[in-house]
Amino acid sequence: MPIERLRARRPHLFVARDEAPIAFAESVAGAIRLAALNGEAAAAGLSVGLTLADARVRVPEVEIFPHDPAADADWLERLAEGARRYSPAVALDPPQGLILDSAGVDHLFGGERGLAEDIETRMARRGITVRLAYGDTPEAARALARHAGAPAPDEMGAIRRLPIAALELDEDAGAALIAAGLKSVGDVLARPMATIAARFGREAATALRRLTGEEDSPLTPRAVAAPIGVERRFAEPVAKTEHMLGVLEDLAGEAARALEARHEGGRRWGARLFRSDGEVQALRVETGQPTRDPAVLMRLFRERIEALADPLDPGFGYDLIRLDVGLAEKLDAVQLRLEGGEGRAQQGAEAVAALIDRLGTRLGRERVRRIHPRDSHMPEQAELLLPATDPAPKAEWTRPEPGEPPLRPIHLFDPPQPIESLAAETPDGPPARFRWRRKMHDVARAEGPERIAGEWWRRADMAPPTRDYYRVEDVRGRRFWIFRHGLYSETERPRWYVHGLFA
Amino acid sequence: MEEPFALIDRLRRATALVEQVPMGDAIGERGGLPRLTRAQLHEIHAPAPEAAASGAGFAIGCALTAEARPILWLRTEAAERQGGRLHGPGLIAMGLDPQDLVVVVVADDSALLRAAADGARCPGLGTVIAEGWGAMRALDLTASRRLMLAAEASGVLMILLRIGGQTVPSAAATRWAVAPAPSRALAAEAPGAPAFDLELLRRRGGPAGARWRVEWNRDTQSFDPAPLSGARLPLVADRAVAGAPPAPVRGAG
Repeated sequence: MPIERLRARRPHLFVARDEAPIAFAESVAGAIRLAALNGEAAAAGLSVGLTLADARVRVPEVEIFPHDPAADADWLERLAEGARRYSPAVALDPPQGLILDSAGVDHLFGGERGLAEDIETRMARRGITVRLAYGDTPEAARALARHAGAPAPDEMGAIRRLPIAALELDEDAGAALIAAGLKSVGDVLARPMATIAARFGREAATALRRLTGEEDSPLTPRAVAAPIGVERRFAEPVAKTEHMLGVLEDLAGEAARALEARHEGGRRWGARLFRSDGEVQALRVETGQPTRDPAVLMRLFRERIEALADPLDPGFGYDLIRLDVGLAEKLDAVQLRLEGGEGRAQQGAEAVAALIDRLGTRLGRERVRRIHPRDSHMPEQAELLLPATDPAPKAEWTRPEPGEPPLRPIHLFDPPQPIESLAAETPDGPPARFRWRRKMHDVARAEGPERIAGEWWRRADMAPPTRDYYRVEDVRGRRFWIFRHGLYSETERPRWYVHGLFA
Repeated sequence: MEEPFALIDRLRRATALVEQVPMGDAIGERGGLPRLTRAQLHEIHAPAPEAAASGAGFAIGCALTAEARPILWLRTEAAERQGGRLHGPGLIAMGLDPQDLVVVVVADDSALLRAAADGARCPGLGTVIAEGWGAMRALDLTASRRLMLAAEASGVLMILLRIGGQTVPSAAATRWAVAPAPSRALAAEAPGAPAFDLELLRRRGGPAGARWRVEWNRDTQSFDPAPLSGARLPLVADRAVAGAPPAPVRGAG
C-alpha cells in the first residue's frame, strides 16, 4: 500500500519505471530494515525485515523510500472516506484494511458481486490493488482477504482451509499450533474448543469463535450515520462547482421536507462531495438556530467554500453528493405573525442569528462570541467567552449599585501587563506615579485597595499571592486598574501590574 | 481665548443644525451634545492608543443613548492583543448588558470592513462598532461609503472606532475625537464616573469644531455635561455645577 500511496501522491517518481523493484525502509532497533516492498522487489528475492545493506547487495537496482506509517494511515483514512459511498458503516483495519458493513446496501450496486466489481474498478482507477472478501463476521472477511486459501464451495469451507496464520495469534501460540500438527483452521476446529483453550490459550479459542461467527465482534464505524441523509448519484460526473451547488440546493430541499415531516430543523449540516477518482471533500456548516431553509443553507455553504484555504477542486467531477443532517432539533412550522410588534422583533432576531451563522462560517465559530458571567473571584476568570451559537450558561452578572462609578475596566489585559517602575508615598498605598508602556503617569486620584485573594482552594500545592487592586486616574484623566501582586508580608518586592483600562 | 458670548453664539449656531438631545432640561435649549443618529456611519477617533478605552466607552454610550441594541462589536486580533479584551463586568458597569453584545474577532482590517458591511446590512442589529487600530490601509472612501449606504438601508447605527492612525477622507456623517478627561472626584479622591473630552471634527452638511466635556451617567444612560477645570466651554460649565447631584460617598477600600 505505501507504494500505491506514493504512486498516487507523487506520480513523477514513477514515470517510465513501472517495473522497478521498490522497497520502503525504516530504522528498527538501530538497523535500517525493509518495511514494505512491491511485487517486483519480492520477486527479486527481497523480504520484509531484511537490512538495507543486504537488500542493496542482493538487488542493486532497488529503489528505497523512507517508510512513513503516519502518511499511510492518513491515506487509509482518505480511502475510508471514499468508501463511505458504499455504506455508512466503514471501519479502519490498520495498517492496510478497510471493513465495510454492506448489509442492506449491496443491492444498490447489483448484489455482492456488483459491489465487489465497483470497488475493484474504482480502486484500480486510482492504481490500487485490492483483495476483497465477503464474510459473515468482520474477522472472517479479513482473514479471507488476507490469507487466500484453496478454493471452497462455501464460506465455512473457505474458512476451514485457511492457514493457521489467519487466526492472527501471537507467534508462540501460532508456532505451538503448528508444532502440534495442526495446519489449517479446519484442523483446529475439528478439536474440542475446551482443549484448544486449555492448550493454546483463551485467545486462540476467541479467535476461532469470531472467525466462525459464534461470537460477535463489534464493528467500530468511523462515523455514526447521520439521522437524516440525502444523496444523489450521477451517471456523468458533475464537473462545475456551480452545478454541484445546484444539486446541493436540491438536496437541501429534500432534507428540509424530511425534517419538516419530523417537525425538526438541522443545526449541523455536512456535505460530502465524492469525486469520481475516489477523493472526498467535506463541507460542514453550523447554525445557531435549527433551520431547514435551503436558501439560508446555501448562503452558508457558499461562505464556507469561499473561506476554504484550498479552493474546491472538482477534478474530473463529482459522481456522488451527499448531504447529512448531523444534529436536528425541534422546530415547529413557522407561525405567521402580524406585521410589527412581536413579529418585527422576531424577524430582527432571525436576521441577527443568520448574520452570526454567516460570520461564524466565514471566520470560525469561536471567533464570534458572547460574554457570559462566571462565578469566580479572579477578574480574568469572571467571564466566559463562548461561541455566540452556544446556549448561555445559567449565571447572573453582578449589577452595579446606582451612582457607583465603574469598578471594573472595560478593557482587560490577560495576562496583566507589568508596570515598569513605580513610586509610592506609602508602601501599602496606591502609587504616586508609575511608568507603563514607556510613559510616566502621575496619579491624581486613587481608590483602594480592593483585596482579591488567590483562589487557594483550586491549587492545593501553593496559594498564589494576594492582589491589592487600585483604581487610579492620572492627571490627564486616564483611568487604570492596577494591582500589587503580593502583600509586603508575603513577598520581598511585590510587582505591580496594569490589569485593565477604564473608559 | 475667544470672547465668551461670541463663542456661545457660534456653538449655538453649530448645534441648532443637528438633532439635539436634552442634556438636563435647560441645557437642551441652549444646545447640547448632538446624538449619533441611527442609519448612518459615524467615526470616533481616539487619536492616542492609551485613549482606546475612552473611545470604546464613548461608543458604548452612543449606542445606549440611541437605544440601538443589540450591538455587534468587531475587533481585530491586534486590538485584542494591544488593547486588551472587552471585559464583561466592565461593560455592565458602563450600563451595557453583555447579553446585548456579540464580539467578533477578525484577523485583519479588510476582514473587519467586510464583516462590518455584513453587520451594517442586518436590520436586526442596533449598532455595529468596527474597531480598527492604526493606519487601516484597507479603509478608503469606497469602503466607508459602502458602510454608510448599508446603514442607511438597514437603520443600523454604524460606528467606526479608530484607535491611533490618521484620519482619511470618509463618507461618515460625523467624525469625533475623544480623549479621557479628569473625572469628578468622589469622596477620598476616588475616581468618579467616566469623563470624556469630545471634539466634533467634521459633520456632513454643517459646521464642526465644537467641543464638549461630558460625563457618562450609567443610571440615566445619558451623557451629562461635566465641569471643566480650564473652563474651555463656559456654555455648560455653570449648568453642570448647579445641576449635578451631590457626589455619592464611597469609602475607600
